[in-house]
Formats: sequence, C-alpha cells, structure tokens
Amino acid sequence: MRALNGVNLDVGAGERVAVIGPSGAGKTTLLRLIATALRPTSGALNVLGGDPWRLDRGGLRRLRACIGMVHQAPPIPPRQRVVTAVLAGRLGRWPFWKGLSSLIYPVDIAGARAMLARMQIADKLFERCDRLSGGQLQRVGVARVLYQQPDLILTDEPVSAVDPALSDHVIGELNREAIARGVTLVASLHAVDLALHWFPRIVGVKAGEIAFDLPPVRITDDMLRDLYASESTVVPTQAGEPLSMPAPGIRRKPLCS
Amino acid sequence: MRRAHALVVMLLLLAAWASFAYLALDFGQLFSAEAGAQMVKYVVSFFPPDLSADYLAQTWRGTLETIAISAIGTLLAAVLGLLLALPASGRFGVVPRVIARLILNFLRSIPELVWAALMVFAAGLGPFAGTLALAWHTTGVIGRLFAETLENAPPEPAQALRVSGSRPALAFLYGTMPGVVPQLVAYSLYRWEINIRMAAILGFVGAGGLGQMLYMSLSLFQQPQAMTIILAMLALVALVDAASAWLRQHLVD
Amino acid sequence: MRSEAAIIPLRDPAALPRLGLTLLIVVLLWPGFTLAEFDLGVLFDPRNREIMGKFLGTFFPLELSADFLRLLLKSTLETLAIATAGMTIAMAVALPLSFMVTRSLSISRIGPGPGRWSGRAARVPPRFTLMFFRSIPEILWALLFVRAVGLGPAAGVLAIGITYGGMLGKVYSEIFESGDTRPAVALLETGSGRLAAFGYGMWPVALPEIVSYTVYRWECAVRASVIMGFVGAGGLGQQMELSMRMLSGGEVSTILLVFLLLVVLADTVSALLRKVTA
Repeated sequence: MRALNGVNLDVGAGERVAVIGPSGAGKTTLLRLIATALRPTSGALNVLGGDPWRLDRGGLRRLRACIGMVHQAPPIPPRQRVVTAVLAGRLGRWPFWKGLSSLIYPVDIAGARAMLARMQIADKLFERCDRLSGGQLQRVGVARVLYQQPDLILTDEPVSAVDPALSDHVIGELNREAIARGVTLVASLHAVDLALHWFPRIVGVKAGEIAFDLPPVRITDDMLRDLYASESTVVPTQAGEPLSMPAPGIRRKPLCS
Repeated sequence: MRRAHALVVMLLLLAAWASFAYLALDFGQLFSAEAGAQMVKYVVSFFPPDLSADYLAQTWRGTLETIAISAIGTLLAAVLGLLLALPASGRFGVVPRVIARLILNFLRSIPELVWAALMVFAAGLGPFAGTLALAWHTTGVIGRLFAETLENAPPEPAQALRVSGSRPALAFLYGTMPGVVPQLVAYSLYRWEINIRMAAILGFVGAGGLGQMLYMSLSLFQQPQAMTIILAMLALVALVDAASAWLRQHLVD
Repeated sequence: MRSEAAIIPLRDPAALPRLGLTLLIVVLLWPGFTLAEFDLGVLFDPRNREIMGKFLGTFFPLELSADFLRLLLKSTLETLAIATAGMTIAMAVALPLSFMVTRSLSISRIGPGPGRWSGRAARVPPRFTLMFFRSIPEILWALLFVRAVGLGPAAGVLAIGITYGGMLGKVYSEIFESGDTRPAVALLETGSGRLAAFGYGMWPVALPEIVSYTVYRWECAVRASVIMGFVGAGGLGQQMELSMRMLSGGEVSTILLVFLLLVVLADTVSALLRKVTA
C-alpha cells in the first residue's frame, strides 16, 4: 500500500503553497518526505538545492537546521517549560555548549518571548507545557519554528485545535513571515477556507495522488467536493460553517498580499 | 493430590532430612538446659544499654556515617547507572546494549554484603568500602530500571528535534530527558531509603557505620554498648520510614 | 511616528529556587563525602590506572586447583544444607504461629458471643513474635547465634530458621486469610475444633500457595546462608572469609564465581519446583 503514488511537485524558493485533502490522503507523508524525516522508496527528492539523502551526517544536519516543521501534535515533553521548548528551535544552529547552558538558564528569553507574542501567548512564557490547552500548545509549536528562522517552513495542520479567529491570525503570521524573509512555506491545512484565503497556490491531495495544483481562482466547488467526497459531504472549514461558495460562474478574487 | 505433587513433597522431605543428616548437628547439645541457661544469661547481659553521653555521641557519629555511606553510595549509583543505562537501552546499537546489560546484571547479582566483604578486602576497612559496595550493587539495580525507562520513553520529541537539525546528544537532553527525570529521581530516592537499612548492616563485615560498631562491641563482649547500637539502628529505620511516608504524601504533584 | 516601548529583559523565575535547591544539596552532601571517607580526588587521580590494575590484580588469576575445588564443593553442599534445614525449621516455627494469628480461624469472630476482644488480644503475642523475628536483620541473628552456639553451620541454621520463620509466618497467615475461607468457617460453625477446621477446611486450599512461596523463599535462604557465613555460620561464605583473611584473592574470585553459579542453580530449581506444584 503506497502512501504516495506518482507525486510530482515543484515548489520554488519563496513560494507559499497550501496542501489540502481528506485525512489519510498522504498530506503528512508528503510533508515528512520534504522535511527529510522519511526516505522516499522510489523517485527523486530535491530539497533546498540538493538530494538530502546523498549528504553525509553533518551535511544532513545542517540542511535540517534550515527546515522547520510544525507538527499537528507538538512533540514537546509535557513537563518542559514553554521558554525551553521555543528556544529548542535553534539547537540546530547553536554550538553544543550553548544548547547545554540554555538548559540551566534560558539564553534568549527576549527572543522566545517575541515569538510567543506573535502567537498571542507571551504570558505563558514560563508555564509548563502540560498546563496549556491543545490550541495553546500548537501555537507554541509554531513559535518554535518561527524562532528557528528556517529557509523552508512546513506545517502539518498547525491550527487544528485553535479557535477560528486565532487560527486565522496564526496562518496570517506564517504567511507574513514567509513573505518578509522571502522563505518557502508549504502548509497542510484541514480548513479549506484558511487555505483559499491566504495561499496563492493550492495543491489538493487525494488517496496518495495530486488531484489538482491551482491558484484559488481556478478552483471550483465541484473540485473541492470531489476532493473530500470520501470523507464527508461538506468541505471542512475552521469554524465548521459551510464554505461560503460564490455562485457558479463568479470567480474568486485573487489574494493581494 | 496429583502424582507430581506427591512426588515433589516426598523429594522435599527427603531433602530436608538429608540436610540435617549432612550437617550432623547435635541438637541435643544445642537445646540442653545448660545451653538454654547460657543463652538467657547472654540475652540478659544486653540490658541496660549504655546511655552515657560519651557513647551516645559515638553512636550519633556512627549514625551519621551510616547515612553518609548510603547517600554517597546511592548518588554514585545514580550517576553510574544512568551512564550504563544509555547503552543498555539500545541507543548505541546491539553490541553495546548486550555488554552494558551484562555488566549491570553482574553488578546486581552480587548481594550488597558480598560486595562489602570484597571491597573491604580490596580497599580496606571502613566506610569507603561500604560506599563502594552500595554503589556497585545499586548501579546494577538502578541501571537496569533506568534502561527500561529510557526504552519506554516516547521517541517523538527527540526525533522532531533531530529533524530540525539538532545534535543527537542535545536532542536527547531536550526531548527525552525531561520526560524520564521525575521517574529517575523518584526511584533513586526509593533506593536510598533501602540503602540506609543496608548501610547499617554492611558494617558487619567491616564496612563502616553502625554495623561495624555493633560487630566490634559484640566481639569485645560489650553487650550494653551493642544494645545501644541496636536501638539506634531501630530508631534510624523507624525515622526513615516515617520521613519517606511524609515525603510521599507531600510531593505528589 | 511610532515610539518603541522599552524592552524589559525578563528573568527566569525558576532560576533562584533551582539554585537554592542545588546549593542545599551540595551543602548537605559535602560533609557526607568526608564521613564516607570518599576522596573525590580518587576519581581524577592520574595514578588511577595503576590503582585499578592493582585492585583487579588482587582478584586474578583464579584459583582452580583440584583440592580447592573439592573444598568448595563441600562448602556449597554445606550452604545448601544450611538453607534447606533452616527453611524446615522456619516452617516449623511459622506454621503454628501463623495458625494462631489467622483471623479466619478465629472462633470468636464468628457470629455474636463472648471472647471477641480476648480473641484479638490473644493474637497479639504471636503476631509480635513474628514481627520481632523478621525485623532483626538475619546477619545479626547469625552473629548472635555464633556467639551463643559457636562457629559453624548450626548458627546459620538457627538464624535462617528464626528470620525466615518470621517472614513465612506473616505470609502464611495472609494466605490463610485471603484464600477461600468458607469451608473452614463452615466447619467452625458446625462446632468442629479449630485444628480440624484447619486440617480439612483450610489446608488443602492453601497448600499449593504455601509450597510455592516457601520454595521461592528457599532461594533467598541460599543467598542468605552464604552471607551469614561471613560472620562464621558455615558454608561458602565462611570459606570466602577464610580466603580473604589469608589474602588469597584468586580463591576469593573462584568462590564468587561458584556463588553466582549457585544462585543460578537455586533459581532454576526453585522455578522448576514451583511450576510442577502450580
């Protein structure tokens, strides 16, 4: 059983792409492949200029330091404090002694706080992660990747537990970060409305294959319904309300970033 | 009873009879009236215990020495145990795992008292031997438990850090350690409690503390002094039991 | 024009308590190193290799002469005999005491009638005796018996008998109380004596568990017998102590090896017996 089959995807530097599709379609697998967390069983992979699996250990480590992945369930030890979790984003860049000393006393409290402020949870700076709600923890995960300042940002359903107003803000922040620093952003999203609103390029994935790869204006309601047909009759949105579909024939306005 | 049962019981009875025969114990002499009277006289000579200020001060020092032996020994064991647990949990491959587990098993299999005798033999009389003995044995016990804890720790946090470019050692410290440290600390404290009791006894073979004082006083036929030490041992154990019960209640957070 | 608010550097609130705790632990442990006569410098001594070499050198090469091995065989058999004989005495001590302590055989607890409090009171002395036997470390018992009856296996047998008697007694009474007590209680209610109720109502039910636990404890007794030997109670332990006094490190290593093998053997036998009687 293949998770992905015949996927041909070309993302240029600085592009912002949203990946949508039903659960089990292969979105997470795709992201993990790009993040070099998984090896492809066949085909060629080129990330940030080269085939990651041909690099030696040091080279792979340096490459990975330039790739930031936001997980749907942030992999943070429960008792760890938010400040330490965020600062861990730069472990790939820091010398060994710096990483070690940050365990004893956080080396960049101001920096961590700034990222958390962008996620609107600066007040949780010294809180233990197991005392946070699911949505708050997800935002900590995003803050960590923002702190990492990678050249390639990957996100796997980063706001699934965040309430609709805040989630719009978070996706907005990710987009603003990508535009401001000129870095690439590939975001897998469960909420189609967020994808259509923020991203100039949408890739639909279904059953391990790419169903479509289009800008939002060219995507029709039928394509969306077809994409999610296996999962439900309605297209998923962050607030759970039906996707505001314009009348057929009217094109969607392009995003003027 | 099943046939196998009956057979086993007969075998056990046979083994019991054979043991007594082999040892050729003269129970007649053991349980004679004369031996009984002697034993009574011996027991009576323990009372009253020596409660002079001078001897109590000595006993107090012995108690502190016992506690120190157990504390330092357990601390060493926690450090060594953690170091050995890293390979023993399979982190560095199959061969280190096998070797580390072999070492831990060897350390564990030798009882503390045998270790104490060995250490007295190799390093001389006194609390140093006792500390080493507790350290060796407890390393085996604690190391095995630490290895199991590490094996069962969720790998995702450390994996995620490595995927973002972190060195394996730092990924371990940031991703795995925070999850296992509470358990490690709790188990070390538990072992310390057990080791306090052990430290008191190790002195019997010359490894310092209250045990050594007790052995000496019994050898010199100073029964009242011996009684003082026995009372001190019982008091120490009771205090440790109470303290650990109190701590357990107040640290459940 | 926007004015930037001054960025106040935040301090880690956990830093001070952590520092305090660390200092406290260091302050408490520091004199401990002195008391334990543990010289930390030893760990970093450049001559360590030499010291380690000397250390290990005392234990090698192993003493493997035929005479010595014959002596060891005798000592091993003696240890096994001490453990087995000791366990037999322990059972003889434990059974009556646990019988007296078991509440399920208490006639006074069945239904209304006098004697409830005196029944309870009567259980205290045997319970206390069992506890007393258990609480004193076995090596201390061994030492006392060596003083009382002289060097040799007799002291070991008695020490095991008493200590393990206390241990077994407690567990036997728990087995009696936790098993199916209805047959015994039924017999008591129809007026049979306690002994009969025990023999017909309780014993058949409890026997497998009792045998299993006793055999399991026998394995511990083997280890304990070796340890008691260090204070003169016979067996392998006494042999090792002799070798140490004669400074024969090679002999000590051989005995250690034999001890480890003995432990494995006892473990296997014990597991086998328990499997068969399960």
